[in-house]
Amino acid sequence: MKRLASAAVALFGALLLVSLFLHLVPGDPIDVMLGEESTLVDREALRRAVGMDQPVHLQLWNFTRDFVTGELRTSVPPFQKKVMPSIGAALPLTLLLALAAMAVALVLALPLGVAAAARRGTAVDTAAMSAAVAGVALPRFWLGPVLIILFSLKLDWLPVSGAESWRHLVLPAFTLGTALSAFLARMTRAAMLEALREDYVTVARAKGLSPRAVLWRHAFRNALLPILTVLGLEFGALLGGAIVTEKVFAWPGMGTLLLSAIEKRDYNTVRATVLVFTCCYVLVNTLTDVAYALVDPRVRRRA
Amino acid sequence: MRLRLRSVGGRFGLAVAGLLVLVALLAPLLSPHAPEAMDLATELSPPRPGHPLGTGENGIDLLTHVLYGARVSLVVAAFAVALSALVGTVLGGLAGFMGGLVDEALMRLTDVLLAFPGMLLAIFITAVLGPSLTHVIFALSFTGWTGYARLARGQVLTLRERDYVQAARALGAGNARILFHHLLPNAAGPLVVQATSALPGAILAEASLSFLGLGAPPGTPSWGALVDQGTQYLLVAPHVALFPGLALALTVLGFHLLGDAVRDALDPKHLER
Repeated sequence: MKRLASAAVALFGALLLVSLFLHLVPGDPIDVMLGEESTLVDREALRRAVGMDQPVHLQLWNFTRDFVTGELRTSVPPFQKKVMPSIGAALPLTLLLALAAMAVALVLALPLGVAAAARRGTAVDTAAMSAAVAGVALPRFWLGPVLIILFSLKLDWLPVSGAESWRHLVLPAFTLGTALSAFLARMTRAAMLEALREDYVTVARAKGLSPRAVLWRHAFRNALLPILTVLGLEFGALLGGAIVTEKVFAWPGMGTLLLSAIEKRDYNTVRATVLVFTCCYVLVNTLTDVAYALVDPRVRRRA
Repeated sequence: MRLRLRSVGGRFGLAVAGLLVLVALLAPLLSPHAPEAMDLATELSPPRPGHPLGTGENGIDLLTHVLYGARVSLVVAAFAVALSALVGTVLGGLAGFMGGLVDEALMRLTDVLLAFPGMLLAIFITAVLGPSLTHVIFALSFTGWTGYARLARGQVLTLRERDYVQAARALGAGNARILFHHLLPNAAGPLVVQATSALPGAILAEASLSFLGLGAPPGTPSWGALVDQGTQYLLVAPHVALFPGLALALTVLGFHLLGDAVRDALDPKHLER
């Protein structure tokens, strides 16, 4: 219940910020958006289109109503075009990209983290953690072009951009997932080291279980819980990173929609896209919290 | 502190950070050309005599722009982190110290701000305000301060019951004196750790915004903007995207390692992990 309340507060705050942020800008926001060389007619048209000819509380209400009912329209010509269908087309592609990136991250990070923890202090550990540190530092908008040069232009294995088939998904998913996988590998190692110190691991070892069984069946299963929590919380960061990744690969998702709306100064689409992004983020975070409570009885009792 | 920074990573980080500061300060002396100089005859040329890293769009010298890019990167990140730390520490310290309604209101505000994906909010703000480095600093600090506020609040809450604070109060010290003289200096360790580890993120965020065309205004040498320019010519001139990106990756890696080393030095408990 408390989780739901704080999620609702967060969403309301997001709504306030997104719909009224223009008013926090010093000067006439319409001037800022259109630039100084704009004509009076254009300004008035935009002012009406984003509802800024109305009092503040009405603007908030109108935007909320239009957003919820799907009546929100673009704020540049053609005015009659609804915003929601474009979002409906773009959102699944972004979610697909984020989920694929998450899968990539898990597949890379879990073996790496477990191996590093099992062989703590050895060359394996050092190599895995060095790779993880390097992975965190790689900017996506640089890794993306490097992968394109290697796998698309030189080797000609994968397409450069677009979203027509699963082959188009490979490079963007890797680009988006690398940083998360690096972070996750460090998390996995830490969680495994923690689990390996627990009494039940000592007991399992004392029982004469093979090191492999102790590692995977006892330590790994318990380390999985914090790892999955981090994964849920990092989903939001993935959505943010998706914007950059989508631009690199011309992936027609929410990021591409947002950037083209910014370029066209289509303020309503910008607001709606940001709000939908935020809803996804808040939703995933809340679900992660709830799932965590369901899976771990200790947390359930405390809450 | 000095001892701990002698780890391999810490040394590397310190070297990169030092080099970057040096490059940023000496960019005009080190650069072979002026940043606005154009050499249309050699547009998009690979490394060649006179242009050690090659040239970009309109024949700008890439090495010059990479060197000047260090300035943008460092200055924006430093200001964004400093502003976040200052605002967050003061507000968080006040919240922890005063408690009650102020505390409640401030913590709810941080909840709301943390409910946004930070990068998305930064994109939204810079999109509305227009591309400029000042706007980038503002956009990054807009959410950045919340982490420091929570940290400072927690520190003040645990510290204010300590004996030396009670003693100072008994001696008649005022609220402001207790807060700024006794509480915040003692809370500084974790705040410094937070600030150092926030630097690589801020550097990366500025570069990302500039890559999206929302950061550095056109013509300003910024690594992110250079990579953006380079992605249009991947086939004919891959070096335009490669070199600035490499500089950025090395910088982020260096500051990342430096942050880890500073944390290990100031927070030895962490090492036991």
